[in-house]
Amino acid sequence: MDTKAIKHIAELAHLKFKDEEIESFAIQFSGIINYVSSVEKLSLERIEPLTRPFEAQNVVRQDMAQSSIPKEDALLNAPKRNEMFFKVPKVIE
Amino acid sequence: MDYTTFRKQVLDKENSVVEQTKEFIKSIEDKTHLNSFITTNFEKALEKASESDKRFLEGEPRKLEGMIIAIKDNISTKGLRTTCGSKILENYVPIYDATVVERLNKAGAIIIGKTNMDEFAMGSSNETSYFGAVHHPLNSDYVPGGSSGGSAVSVAADMAFTALGSDTGGSIRQPAAFCGNIGFKPTYGRISRYGLVAFASSLDQIGTFANSIEDTAALYEVIAGVDAKDSTSANIPVEDTMLNIDNLNPKELKVAILSDVELKNCSDEVLSVYYSILRKIEQQGISIEEVSFDNFDAFIPTYYIVATAEASSNLARFDGIRYGYRAELQNGDDVIVKTRSEGFGAEVKRRIMLGTYVLSSGYYDAYYGKALKARRLIYDNYKKIFNQFDFLFLPTTPTPPFKIGEKLNDPVSMYLSDLFTSSANLGSVPAISIPLGASSQGFSVGMQIQSNHYEENKLLNFSKYMLSL
Repeated sequence: MDTKAIKHIAELAHLKFKDEEIESFAIQFSGIINYVSSVEKLSLERIEPLTRPFEAQNVVRQDMAQSSIPKEDALLNAPKRNEMFFKVPKVIE
Repeated sequence: MDYTTFRKQVLDKENSVVEQTKEFIKSIEDKTHLNSFITTNFEKALEKASESDKRFLEGEPRKLEGMIIAIKDNISTKGLRTTCGSKILENYVPIYDATVVERLNKAGAIIIGKTNMDEFAMGSSNETSYFGAVHHPLNSDYVPGGSSGGSAVSVAADMAFTALGSDTGGSIRQPAAFCGNIGFKPTYGRISRYGLVAFASSLDQIGTFANSIEDTAALYEVIAGVDAKDSTSANIPVEDTMLNIDNLNPKELKVAILSDVELKNCSDEVLSVYYSILRKIEQQGISIEEVSFDNFDAFIPTYYIVATAEASSNLARFDGIRYGYRAELQNGDDVIVKTRSEGFGAEVKRRIMLGTYVLSSGYYDAYYGKALKARRLIYDNYKKIFNQFDFLFLPTTPTPPFKIGEKLNDPVSMYLSDLFTSSANLGSVPAISIPLGASSQGFSVGMQIQSNHYEENKLLNFSKYMLSL
């Protein structure tokens, strides 16, 4: 796997690698891909994929109003905030 | 000493919860070099200890009154920092308790601290934590196993009676095996995951570390059971795990064992313990028979594809906006990309990258799609085995503990540590690791027992029987 492909995957994952990291990462990552690609060789025709580990059933509850998190609690862990809102970097000019 | 013994001492007025709490605190302070705790909770623990002593005196102790317990740092504790071993959550303080924590508090358990772990539970050696590696209590040059390494060490080195961990591919059973205690992962859905920071939602399960089956059972009974806040929790009653080993008639038990094909990557030391236990159980009249696992070599690749795919989606929530670390920005920096790139460690990034890759357009069918089908085979194979047998008996780990640094830069060899554990998560079956031998260097060797879905009682009873042989 080349550095261009790594950069593409990183972009999808919202990650960025430094230029000096990317080559060694590519080598290691190719090794992992190579290892897990053994599943490609399994013959699995006519087998249903298992998407959940339990018997699926709908779980419903009464449609009753419940109290939600107080605003002050919700803001407790915010890296930047004012009295009412999370503060984020400016995204529009 | 286990909690069950301690409780008797307190009831007989030979010991007190406050005294015991102080003893554990001293032990934690004396053993900081093991690095098993990220955050301690001493002041609150002592407060709760005197409340417990009062309840004992008044003759009204609750089910886990005075059980001093350590909690893995990916389980949310209201008002007590919960970092997941990551820089990105270094200062995160939950505003709610996980369901298991709520149930522990109600039952009178006392949280002594939050234990170190591989970052976001991604690792098998407890070396990937942002807060540094955890060391094996017998020899600090060796790993304690992971990802719940801090929990295993706290129970092994007298810092708590019991601990909670999480197990996605072996993260409870493997460190329990390395550190010589009992590590128990119940059936998927038995224990609510509400408040457990998600790694791979279809595999994650909270479980226990303890020094006795009695403690394991007491703890399990309190934290297990359906929870309205986790719709994947099983609505099946949790029975009292009556620990009556007299009910077991060995001559009626059928135990499945592995063949040489599956055991080929085992070290001689692990094999010799395995075979000696097999001889022992045969002598008891238990019938044992080899079973085969098709595609055994594909188990770990299947596990890593499913786990990282789910992780890449679950960890998308860490964006530096609402909580956690936020990177300092310069002109043109993207807040999310820079925060994640600085906030996650190397192994977490590797796994997010792998998960993103196997889900990406053009590769989805070849990797993720195939892995889900392979998972079906593993699941069906377990069903087949437990139609014929009561238990599957196998090693917990292919080798005894390895040295710190030995596998850190070779991810694939590290992933192979999960060889015998990850299938239970893929098949959702309950599994337990119990200490049944020792290596030449004196490290404990753990053996694993697995059973059919929701047969935790039977599994715990048989484990107690095995430990008594």
